[in-house]
Amino acid sequence: MSVPGHLNFYIDPARCIGCQACVQACTECDTHKGISMIHMETVDRAHSTQTIPVVCMHCDSPTCAEVCPADAIKRTPDGVVQSARKPRCIACNNCVLACPFGVPKMKVEFELMMKCDMCYDRSSVGLKPMCASVCPSQALFFGTREEIEAARPQSAPIDRFQFGNQTITTKVKMMGPRSVAGARPEHLDVTAALDPNPPGRSISLGVLNGSH
Amino acid sequence: MPALSRETVRAGARGVVVTLLVAALIAIGSRNLAHFDAALVGYTFASLFAVFGITYRYSMWLQRPPTALYWRRGWQAFFSRDRLLINLAAWPKRVVGVFALNNFIFRRSRPRWAAHWLIMWGCLLAAAITFPLVFGWIHFQTPADDFERYRVSVFGFPTFSFRVESVVGGLIFHGLVWASFLVIAGVMIAMRRRMRDRGAEAVQQFGEDFLPLILLFAVSITGLMLTASYTWMKGYAYDFLAIVHAACVIFTLLWLPFGKFFHIFQRPAQLGVSFYKDAGRAGEQAVCRNCAQPFASKVHVEDLIRVERELGYSYEMQGVGEGAVNHYQYICPRCRRLSMALAQGRLWQAGRGREVTNRPGIVDVAAMMEAASAPATTTELT
Repeated sequence: MSVPGHLNFYIDPARCIGCQACVQACTECDTHKGISMIHMETVDRAHSTQTIPVVCMHCDSPTCAEVCPADAIKRTPDGVVQSARKPRCIACNNCVLACPFGVPKMKVEFELMMKCDMCYDRSSVGLKPMCASVCPSQALFFGTREEIEAARPQSAPIDRFQFGNQTITTKVKMMGPRSVAGARPEHLDVTAALDPNPPGRSISLGVLNGSH
Repeated sequence: MPALSRETVRAGARGVVVTLLVAALIAIGSRNLAHFDAALVGYTFASLFAVFGITYRYSMWLQRPPTALYWRRGWQAFFSRDRLLINLAAWPKRVVGVFALNNFIFRRSRPRWAAHWLIMWGCLLAAAITFPLVFGWIHFQTPADDFERYRVSVFGFPTFSFRVESVVGGLIFHGLVWASFLVIAGVMIAMRRRMRDRGAEAVQQFGEDFLPLILLFAVSITGLMLTASYTWMKGYAYDFLAIVHAACVIFTLLWLPFGKFFHIFQRPAQLGVSFYKDAGRAGEQAVCRNCAQPFASKVHVEDLIRVERELGYSYEMQGVGEGAVNHYQYICPRCRRLSMALAQGRLWQAGRGREVTNRPGIVDVAAMMEAASAPATTTELT
């Protein structure tokens, strides 16, 4: 069994409404029963409603697998990076710290790394991953390229990401604008977006003291 | 013919050395083969091949950059002067918890734990009996003055004796029977899961997941057939069963370096990692250069940077000024997740011809209120 080549996973955090349906649906997947693999992040809760659903991007050359001392993380021929193999994972946390997208989760109680495997029990037989099957705003979309292009004519999928000097290409695609200054964007520079004045994790209420 | 890599040659050489060492131990332990059972020679050569294969693969595995580093770090963390006593105190508890009881598998799933625990102890018991017997390291002799007893010799040195017709004798001589009961029960539980669990069905492979279970079952059941043949059936088909059993055992031994069985030899690394993590927790913490929160031990982050460089990754960043981020590894996983969406927002701003900001999509309410009439929105707390 393998994920059919004509089906792709597209993510578009800008469309996320933070309903958490993906987080709940993820727990229904048979390959990681009862445990959600999705990170639902808020950027700056005091000032913004933006939420970010994070799933595995399934890198073509997965850093998590390369840095694994136990050789526990495998990428199947269809390009899906699987969860750590249970007999091998030694819970060193290397993958969690090395993933450029911050995806793997360390389940300390199981001494096991677990991550989004694109609901392999479903996607490998052509079904949508649980998260994509319930996402009401289609921030998480699983389908053909023709379907996504017809639904979002202003957008184009990006599968190259820049982290400092390192370029990472992925199986999962991020939706971006079709054109920037007349040209199609070739990649997404993630590290350029690092905030020079990052928000704190505590909420400050400017109405009380006139500052923030 | 392509030239062999340095790693391959080194692993091959280590394999040969360890195999020769075991062969020498067989010669010494069996007192120049005096106690070696020639009927078991097939098992012996299969064992020696397995020793070579396991050593070769283990050596290749240890030469991968991350494995090599954490192998070293595990030992360094264990023997570090300021933590040695703490580690020595923690070691027995971890060995019992992780290896004897498999408590981490118990927390994952009860049936998985039951299957693994039964198979593991069955195999350990069988190995503890079989290998010393095959290698001639243990043999039984009848003392000259008492034909009702057996004396056990280990490496040619006489040790304890027991009555043949006794509970101890029954337990010892049927040790492989008890082992096969444990293994068969475990294999049944594991096989049931593999046949019914949809999650397992999606990712399992024949060679990796089914073949080891089939081999363990075949070895156990043919071993039990031998016992049944000589105990209750007057040796019916014994020769044929002996050949089938030997074929199953030899194939299992040859399969040890490949597939799932190899985790038996990899797994102890878990112990070294636990001491490394303990040392990391007690030491200086790495602070995220984006959100200023501690997120991992500093030594772990620095080790990871080293491993990534060895593997050819280049997550270096052009940092400018004091405190600038010069490596992406100094960014915590949460900030990485946020940066993805913020980068997408910036791209959309550029695509729509708007000013590109650092925090696209963030409505800074406080700044807006500051810009508006300050007295109307400011409340002094008195």
